[in-house]
Amino acid sequence: MAMATAHPETRAAARWQDYFQLLKPRVMSLVVFTALTGLVCANQPINPILAGVAILCIAVGAGASGALNMWYDADIDAKMRRTRGRPVPSGKVQGADALALGVVLSLFSVMLMGMALNWLAAGLLAFTIAFYALVYTVWLKRSTAQNIVIGGLAGALPPVIGWAAASGSTPLNAWLLCAIIFFWTPPHFWALSLYTSEDYAKAGVPMMPVVAGAASTRRQILIYSLLVVPLCLAPAFTGLGGAAYLGVAAAGGLVFLLLAWRLFRSRAGERTGERNTDGLYDVRAGAKDARNLFAFSILYLALIFATLLAEHLMGAQPLEVLAR
Amino acid sequence: MSDPRNESKADFKARRGRNIALALGLVLFVILVFVVTIVRLGSNVANHSF
Repeated sequence: MAMATAHPETRAAARWQDYFQLLKPRVMSLVVFTALTGLVCANQPINPILAGVAILCIAVGAGASGALNMWYDADIDAKMRRTRGRPVPSGKVQGADALALGVVLSLFSVMLMGMALNWLAAGLLAFTIAFYALVYTVWLKRSTAQNIVIGGLAGALPPVIGWAAASGSTPLNAWLLCAIIFFWTPPHFWALSLYTSEDYAKAGVPMMPVVAGAASTRRQILIYSLLVVPLCLAPAFTGLGGAAYLGVAAAGGLVFLLLAWRLFRSRAGERTGERNTDGLYDVRAGAKDARNLFAFSILYLALIFATLLAEHLMGAQPLEVLAR
Repeated sequence: MSDPRNESKADFKARRGRNIALALGLVLFVILVFVVTIVRLGSNVANHSF
């Protein structure tokens, strides 16, 4: 449960920037980008002001779920190097304040989405916030190694919300964008956890490398990579992506698979070599493979969504139409 | 929460910053609701068959 680690009498007063950090602005920017892609790909006429409001609601909703996550996870955040500087564990913001901010922003974003756009989009936004805050944060994160696999649904839904906001419906192509992010999440996060697994173990979070070991994690990363790359090609054949999309998805997919294969063959996440110089070098080399896949996975997702966005904004013909 | 009567300069500055951010957020929300109402009202009036 949430608790501040600093004593109240020594705590500096919270600045507005500390509250802003509760909204996880970097995660928010990725959510905005994928939601905007879904909204534009819907190809429906929408008032630009309402489109802006829809994106704002999704961004604020994502931020709200981030604040709820930081409130609940303050105890484990305090134990991990990567997260101990966050506003609640560092004592800059009280846990109760983070909870209040999360609840208020959730209500505001869902209600405004419902009133300004439609209640399908608002319902999906409410479901996403609840899924991330309750199902992932409260339940899955501390109880199963499949936490980020199932919890990844929350991060995968924004393009569907954007699509629903623009069109009032969620066709298969919207769910295809969701599936791409859903299957992209495990290789992305497990690559990160391979070189931060000690932190997770210290905090008692059952991430895959901690529970199943590094070798099993690397194998599962390869399996998910083999699933996600064909999925990323699929929009080119469902009337969503054009020739440029197919080129970017295929070329990037090859690099993705190559990096996943290199990681599979590496010793990333293993501690066996820490006692001698050669072993230490092996550990570093393995960590490099994990870092490479982690970094490229972000670039790959950004590239394919940016290409889809550009094609739809420029009115490029989908490949399906060109083939007729 | 610090006592406004004997807070330090840094605490005062932080509190003022928080208050300004909250005020701006609320004003922005009011403007947003107003604009959304006008936009939705406008499109509904335009689509209405008299």
